Formats: sequence, C-alpha cells, structure tokens
Amino acid sequence: MIKVENLVKYFNDEAAVNQVSFEIAEAENLVLLGTSGCGKTTTLRMINRLLEPDSGRVWIQGVDTSLQDPSKLRRGIGYVLQHHGLFPHFTVAENIAVVPKLLHWKEDAIRARTFELLEKLQLPVQLAGLYPQNLSGGQQQRVGLARSLMVNPPVLLMDEPFGALDALTRRDIRLEFRQLEELKSKTILMVTHDVQEAFELGDRICLMDKGEIQQIGTAMELLFKPANAFVRSFFNDQRTQLEFKTVMLTDLFIGGSVPAKVSVWDTLENRSDTDAGIPALSDILTAFENFKRK
Amino acid sequence: MEQDSGFFAFIQQQSGKLLSQTLTHVGLTMISLVLAIIIAVPLGIWISRKPKFAGGVLGVAGVLQTIPSIALLGILIPVLGIGPKPAIFALFLYALLPIVRNTYTGLIGVSPVVVDAAKGMGMNSLQVLFKVELPLSFSVIMAGVRTATVINVGVATLAAYIAAGGLGEFIFGGIALNNTNMILAGAIPAALLAVLLDFILSRVQRFRLKKVVLWKAALPVIILTLSSFYLLPTKLGGRLLAGFTPEFMGREDGYIGLKSLYHLDMETVVISDAVMYKAARDKHLDVISGYSTDGRLKAYSLITLEDDLKLFPAYQAAPLIREDVLMKFPGLEAVLDQLSGKISEAVMTGMNYKVDQLKQSPEKVALDFMVANNLYKKPRPVKVGGVAAPTVRIGSKIFGEQYILAQIYRILILGNTDFQVETKTGLGGTKICFDALQNKQIDFYPEYTGTGLLVVLQPDRQTREKLRTDIPAMKSYLDREFHEKYGLKWLKPIGFNNTYALMMRKEQAAELGIKTITDLTNQIKN
Ligand SMILES: Nc1ncnc2c1ncn2[C@@H]1O[C@H](COP(=O)(O)OP(=O)(O)OP(=O)(O)O)[C@@H](O)[C@H]1O
Ligand SMILES: [Mg+2]
Repeated sequence: MIKVENLVKYFNDEAAVNQVSFEIAEAENLVLLGTSGCGKTTTLRMINRLLEPDSGRVWIQGVDTSLQDPSKLRRGIGYVLQHHGLFPHFTVAENIAVVPKLLHWKEDAIRARTFELLEKLQLPVQLAGLYPQNLSGGQQQRVGLARSLMVNPPVLLMDEPFGALDALTRRDIRLEFRQLEELKSKTILMVTHDVQEAFELGDRICLMDKGEIQQIGTAMELLFKPANAFVRSFFNDQRTQLEFKTVMLTDLFIGGSVPAKVSVWDTLENRSDTDAGIPALSDILTAFENFKRK
Repeated sequence: MEQDSGFFAFIQQQSGKLLSQTLTHVGLTMISLVLAIIIAVPLGIWISRKPKFAGGVLGVAGVLQTIPSIALLGILIPVLGIGPKPAIFALFLYALLPIVRNTYTGLIGVSPVVVDAAKGMGMNSLQVLFKVELPLSFSVIMAGVRTATVINVGVATLAAYIAAGGLGEFIFGGIALNNTNMILAGAIPAALLAVLLDFILSRVQRFRLKKVVLWKAALPVIILTLSSFYLLPTKLGGRLLAGFTPEFMGREDGYIGLKSLYHLDMETVVISDAVMYKAARDKHLDVISGYSTDGRLKAYSLITLEDDLKLFPAYQAAPLIREDVLMKFPGLEAVLDQLSGKISEAVMTGMNYKVDQLKQSPEKVALDFMVANNLYKKPRPVKVGGVAAPTVRIGSKIFGEQYILAQIYRILILGNTDFQVETKTGLGGTKICFDALQNKQIDFYPEYTGTGLLVVLQPDRQTREKLRTDIPAMKSYLDREFHEKYGLKWLKPIGFNNTYALMMRKEQAAELGIKTITDLTNQIKN
C-alpha cells in the first residue's frame, strides 16, 4: 500500500533521514518510534511531499508520488499534525470541512459527514460552531482526527496524534482509537515517541535513531529479537511491563485452552476474576520465563 | 483679512470651499491609499516568500518615508508637474512602508504549523495564501493600512503646496495670513477626518475573515478609486493658468484685489512659493505671484508685470530703528544712510540670486557688493584699553535678502564707526522681528514700508485705499504713526521695492505682448 525506498533528507549537511525504507501493507498500522529529533516527522512529511527527499522514492497504492500533483496527492491522504494544526479562523465545522470543500463536495454531504464523524469521535454537536481555541486539548485532537477522516482516505499519516495530551486522556483516547471502526480498514503510518503507545497501537513498529532505521518488526520481535544494542537498551526502562503486555497467554500455552487476546499483563491485573481456563499465576510466570529463554 | 467674525461664522461663510477642500482631501488620501494597498500587499507577500529581499525592500520603503514631504513634492514636480498627480504619488510612497511592513510581519507571523496543516490538507499555494495566510494576518495588515491612512490624511495637507488642493489650502493660507479661524477651518476637519477614517478601519480590522476572495476584495477597491477620482478637482486645462500662494489668495492686495481692481478672472491654483517658481519655469504655470526681488526671477528668466493700476502697495526697504538707539549711537544714522538709494531692484534680485540659487554666503555677497560700490572700508581697529565701544545689534527676518542687508550694515558700521556689531539674523517673520525691536533685543532691522503699514499699523480700509497709490502720503503717515505709537524711526529707503508682483516667463510674455497686468487681463478676456 505504502512503499518507501531509500529516503534521504539532509538539513544543513546533516542527515535528518538516512536510507529509510519500509513497506506498509493494506490496513496495517505501522508506528514510527524514536527519540525526539530522530527524523520521524521528516520521514512522514516526505510521504505526502510536504518535504521533497534528497533521494529515494515513495509509492502509494503503487503510484510513484513524485509523479503526482502534490496538492491533489495530499487531498487523498489523511494527515494529523503533531500540534493539531487546526485553523484558528475556522470553526470546528469549517475546519473539518476543509478537504471536502477542496474536493467540491456538496454542502449537505459535508454536513452529514461532519455530524457522523462528530458522533463517532464522541464530540458534542454544539462544538461545531466553536473556534478551536475554545476547545480542550483532547477535543482539539479529536477534531484534528475528524478532519483527516472526512473524505475517508485509504491512507492516514498521523504525527503524534495524542502528543499534546496528559497521560490519562491519552490512554482513554487511545482506547477509543483502537475501537474506531473508521480506522480499522485504513493503512496508517503513525509517529510517536511514546513506547506504550507504539506497542498498543502498532501492528508493527519501526524504531529509528539518528535518522536511520534500527529495526522494523512486531513488538515481540523488538523485545525478544533485538537487532542491535540500541534496540535492546531502548526498552530497558520498562522492559518487564512491555513484555507482560506483549506476550499473550496463547503464546505461552500453545495449543492450551486459554482465552485469546489476553496478555500476561491483563491476567496479572485482573487476578480477581479467576476465570475458568486461566492458569494459576505461578504456572504463567514459569511459562513466561521459559518463553523468554527461547 | 479682518478677523471680526468667529470660527463658526467663518465656516459658514466658506462652507462651499470647505466642502470642496474636504472632498479633495478625502479623494487624495483614498486614491493614494488604494494604490499603495494594490502595490504594497503583493510586495509584502513576495518578500515574505523571499526573505532575502525583505531587508532591501523594507529598507527602500523606509528611506522613502524619511524624505521630507516638501522635498519629495519638489523632486516630483519636474517629472509629474503640479496638481493631484505628484501629490497622489508622494502620498502613495509614504503609505507603502506601513502596509508592506505589516503585510510581511503578518504573514511571517502565521503559525508554520497552520500553514503546514493547510498544505497537508491539499491546498495549493494560492489557496493557502487566500484561505489561511491572508485571513490570519488580516488584522495586522489592516493595522498597517490604518497607520498609512492617518499619515496620509496629515501629509495630504501639503498637497495645497503643489496646486492639488485639500484642507491644506485653509491651513497654510491661515498661517500666512495669521488668521486663526482659517487655520482651524482646515486643521479641525483634517483631524476629524483622520479620526473618522481610523475608526472605520478599526471596525473593518475586527472582521474575522474566513477567506479572501480576490474579486470581492477588488470590487470595493475599484469603486473607491473611481469615486475618489470624482472628488478631485476637474482637470485643469485651457489657457493661461495662475498659481498663487495661499497668502496671496487671501489678501486684499493680492488675488482679491486683482479681481476687484483689474477684473482679472483666470484659472488659479494654490501653490507654495517653494515650488511656484520652478513650476512657472517648467511651464506648469503661466502666471505666478512672487516678490519683485526674488533671486529666482533671474534664475528662471521670469519677468514681473507692471502694476499699472497700482494695486500692490509700495514695499520700500528701509532700516527701522528705535529713536533711543539714535541717541545712544551718535553718527549711526548718517552711516546707515550711506546705503540709501544704492540698491535697485535689479541689484537686489542679483544678490538674492547669488545667495538663494548659487548658495554663496550672505557675508560674501555683502562684501562683494560693498567693494564693487566703493562703500567698503576696513573695520576700524578695536581700541585697546579704555571703555569698550558699545555694540549695535542688527536683526533680520529669516530669508536671504534680510541676511544680506544685515551683513551689509555690519560692514558699513564696522568700517565707519568705532562701534561693535552683533547680528541677530533669522528672527522668523515680521512679528518676531518687530517685537524684538520694541523689547530692545535688537537695535534696528530692515523692514518694508508696506509691511509696516499693513501688518504693524493695520489701518482701516479707507486709509489704506487712500495711501495705496500715494507714496509720499504713505511715507509721512508711517513716519508719524511709528514715532507716536512706538518711538521708532524709518531711515532713508535703501532704494529697492520688494513688493508683490505677477510674474511670467520672459518669452511667453513677449510672445503674447504682455507687459502690464492690464495686458494680462485683456489677453484672458479674448
Ligand atoms: N526544516 C528544517 N530545517 C532544518 N533542520 C530541520 C528541519 N526540520 C527538521 N530538522 C532537523 O532534523 C532532525 C529531525 O527532525 P524531525 O522533526 O524529523 O524529528 P522528530 O523525530 O519528528 O522529533 P520530535 O519527536 O521532536 O517531533 C532534527 O535534528 C531537526 O532539528
Ligand atoms: Mg516530530
């Protein structure tokens, strides 16, 4: 769906992005993870051509983006900005309507879609007439998301969509985000520097450092098969928690009669409901240790 | 020149003129403003895109704004002539800077995140500009427009200097005629106009623009421009055109007298004497009001028309001295009288030409004159020891001719007496000089009989009428009145008569066979 090949971008003789290549399958969610300044935003902006790469190529749905008109290209790609990037002189409704207007949608089609999305994103209808500066941070982020989804683009680029929020709000929004039907079929490239977020939302994670990709893979691969010392040390702070959250009971008791999609962490957290089919705590921990040793 | 009526009476009397001046003023301000917006906003947009040109463009606009308005108008006259054209152009130049600067500041102040979002949503660069950047910087741009407007309303008063009309006609006429009501009749509407326009624009500034639609923005601009042109005086055309100073326009021994005595009825514009002579030389004007000894007469080959019906009173130059000074400095009168009859109009014009046009110093011109006329004597040596000789203090008004005369008297006194001399030149106009004389800050200064009569004594109309053509009667009237009222004495006339005169280009006057003002009147009648 999205294919990126050998992207290079220099700023003042320093490589902000160096030889970055990856592919994102249809409906897959790839997370770009890395410390501040490692080149995540730069990579993202080269995909919708807000930046032109010094070298390298990008294909979306098989079409080389460099052959397309940049503004037309962008109208077909949902874009959520790092700092919500809402237009301060437009109301919420007008902000959301920007892209469909560029595509000459009819007024009533725009209105219908606006209310549909406000509802899906749990934004009160009264907000439609307000200006962005009168919304809470969480509401602004949601409006930003709604704006990117308006014309139902198959591809979404999201630059730290929850970056400006406090930890609690973030968790809630993340939860909603995962459950949002609109997003399930979309091909998403999401940038974050929050490891938890990456693990929760990414089908695969692309870990970057100093403009270069260190490793691309599932959470499991990054945790248990690190490609180099950087990857290994990157997760050290919260390794145990991450491992507990990543490893599923089904991974530990292969062929056993354990519920699917329940992580070790979930089991530990919800110990009280001793559901049938969940092994004893000591069994789980032993199995976990064995799993790690493999 | 009577100031018997109050301000409101004046306004009532002159309401027609006031209205037309105000409309012209609005017209000049609006047209220049609209032109400035048309140029400055795109320029501001351009430099916000090409920051390396920003310094240069803002620098040039800044320099333009520091050019003194009068100088700028003077520069423009040879190119654009006189009238509304150079005035609008000058106002346009002044309005550029605030608008360019604010457009630039406004645009670079738009959050890059928002611009990024706009591009990211798929707007092309024009859409980003008109839907996002311009609406978001609108209030900053409008602030610049407001500044420019207020500046322009002020500077547009100077349009009166170059025959473009406006409220400056009253202001400068009032200043020249020392008529407060007239000054206020120009100044108050100008101030109100500035406040009003600023208020309207402040309302406009508050609009929360969603987008700028070019044709919608252009429409009011076009309407405004067209209607403003309508406010300007209709194009001057046709035959001989006269340019008179605001002062001349308002004086009985000026344009008013020309109309009543000579029945001269020609197209006239108001213009400052700073540019009037040049405008006559460059054929923008055919007849101007000037002073008969002005150096520019010679510089621009103009001639004066004979005042055959004796409208202009005699303005004989002579030292005006306090009687107590004559006692204090025995022999001084005889020394000063040495100059009597020595300087003709041609000679004075020549000296003024050297100072005003050739930029020679008054000292040098005075010395050259004294030497050439065998009046020069070496200054007497200062007596050593004993009591220091008393000092004679010579005053002068603030123009070249008076500086020259003061220097001539200085050389004369130093060469012929033991007194010391101090010159206090540049004492502004008649009133300042005359007050200084009365308050014993100076001992004498060169004055003109006509000024003494009309500005100092201000006799009633009848007396003026009687004295106008009768020079000996006027002389004895002046002598008597100044002696009785002020204890002042007019010494013997220096010789020349620095009076108002109508002037024309030499070759045009010859071509049309015009020698006198009556000739001019007849020429216009045909
Ligand atoms: N327009 C630019 N001009 C110069 N340097 C830039 C520009 N944009 C980014 N950089 C530099 O390139 C590097 C990568 O920046 P980038 O914004 O891609 O980082 P990031 O991974 O998104 O960081 P963050 O998590 O803080 O958003 C940084 O060192 C940054 O300073
Ligand atoms: Mg970033």
